[in-house]
Amino acid sequence: MNGLWRRLPSRGFSAVWMRNFLVWRKLWIPSLIANFGEPLLYLLAFGYGFGQFVKTMDHLPYLVFLATGIVCSSAMNAASFEALYSAYTRMEMQKTWEAILSAPLEPADVILGEVSWAATKGLINALAILIVGFVLRLWSGAMILWALPVIFLVGFAFGAMAMIMTVLARSYDFFVYYMILLLTPLLLVSGVFFPLSALPSPVVRVARLLPLTHAIELIRPLLTGRFPHDVFAHVAVLVVYGIAGYGIATAVAYRRLQR
Amino acid sequence: MESKENVGAAVQIEGLVKRYRGRPAVDGLDLSVARGECFGLLGPNGAGKTTTLRLLLGLTQPSAGAIHVLGLPVPEQARFARRRIGVVPQADNLDPDFTVEENLEVYARYFGLRPAAIRDRIRSLLEFAELSERLRSPIRELSGGTKRRLTLVRALIQDPDLVILDEPTTGLDPHARQHLWNRLEELRAAGRTLILSTHYMEEAERLCDRVAIMDRGRIQAEDTPRALVDRFLPRHVLEIREPLKDRTLLDHERCQVEAVGALTLVYSSEREYLTSLVDRLGIARYLERPSNLEDCFLHLTGRGLRE
Repeated sequence: MNGLWRRLPSRGFSAVWMRNFLVWRKLWIPSLIANFGEPLLYLLAFGYGFGQFVKTMDHLPYLVFLATGIVCSSAMNAASFEALYSAYTRMEMQKTWEAILSAPLEPADVILGEVSWAATKGLINALAILIVGFVLRLWSGAMILWALPVIFLVGFAFGAMAMIMTVLARSYDFFVYYMILLLTPLLLVSGVFFPLSALPSPVVRVARLLPLTHAIELIRPLLTGRFPHDVFAHVAVLVVYGIAGYGIATAVAYRRLQR
Repeated sequence: MESKENVGAAVQIEGLVKRYRGRPAVDGLDLSVARGECFGLLGPNGAGKTTTLRLLLGLTQPSAGAIHVLGLPVPEQARFARRRIGVVPQADNLDPDFTVEENLEVYARYFGLRPAAIRDRIRSLLEFAELSERLRSPIRELSGGTKRRLTLVRALIQDPDLVILDEPTTGLDPHARQHLWNRLEELRAAGRTLILSTHYMEEAERLCDRVAIMDRGRIQAEDTPRALVDRFLPRHVLEIREPLKDRTLLDHERCQVEAVGALTLVYSSEREYLTSLVDRLGIARYLERPSNLEDCFLHLTGRGLRE
């Protein structure tokens, strides 16, 4: 009934991003430590502990293999968490979105601002791990810089998908299911801890449809000085997840917020 | 300075309907608010006041009807209309992650304004709200009245032509209410169009040039506060706060009687008649006073309690 063009985001989305950035800037140290702790623990426990037994995996030192995967999974987790718990708090508890929507911004702007902020949070967290890996001499070289836009894209795709849950949710309880039933299995089958080839072929076929798999197939080579294969296909999958997630989340947001 | 078509009404609503699951919240509403006017929307809970205000802002889609705000069709051009509307919501939604001053800076960005460019404006708004001493206070440390004042000046950040206030003084103590009323009177004197919804008849009588009494999604009556009372009720009322033994003493030619629970209200245009009634009825607990907007409100929206 109402032209779809009215539901396209405006430049105003950047004000939403900026709002979240300014809040983060106030508390960035504790925020970083909290988000940083878990991936670092995985890296130490598995990398050094497990790495004693498994020297190499897929022709890489196991610590390097694992760390490249964890760069991706930490971007995924940070972006998802931001788009789930933090965004839901702003929507329902703090009524921040309500205040924003009485300005000349629309739900399309709010969702784009939130998802791009979630992507930024993913990038910030992954960047912290990239720096640690650099210091530990796990990786080096200029190819690392190419990983940054890819990590942002990974964060955007996961932020957008999580946002669908957020605009559908009636309480925080909803998000536990998303994390445990969706993200955790994803983490296990997407090649973070071991290569896909170790999995039975039906699982591999499913894993090939999942965004984290494609993220890792791009990031792991980039961090270890190789050019990834099928760049276009991997990027396309992530872009499709990002745009579809954004589109669905925005459509649901209009129904929820403009009742 | 303004062109002819801009001089028209601040708000023009025709045949507005909003249904939720088939049930109408707004049911055929017609309304016109002139520029520079302070217009009050009165009505019991569930009358459709908040829904009407949300429709004006394009925050919800109408089921039928036409809305024009400041000459722009809503919801089609709501985004542009909202550039020129300030909003004070029913419940405070200040940003708890920021201080008093930061709240205005962050809100300015939502209008595409750079805080650095409107620094002076932010300072003068905080002065207007008497918050200059509290620039760095976190929101959680503010009292209810202080939060409302900040919410009011936040609504003025982009110098709007129209300010919409949804129950602006609900829950405030008398001091805070007086303070806010003074601020609103200043805005009105400065020629800004104000639309407010309220439960408080005193508020409407003091602030509003014109009021509409809304019930069941429609406007039951609208006029200046005094004219509205005069249209429906005689000037004087005797409020009897005890059970009446003998109603036959009331002369229905000279008065109009309404019962509100245990209360009996006797309206008359002759004050002497009401005074004489006190003796004849032998009542001890009563109040003789001028009829007011609250009487009119109760008269029009029915006496029964309503959810």
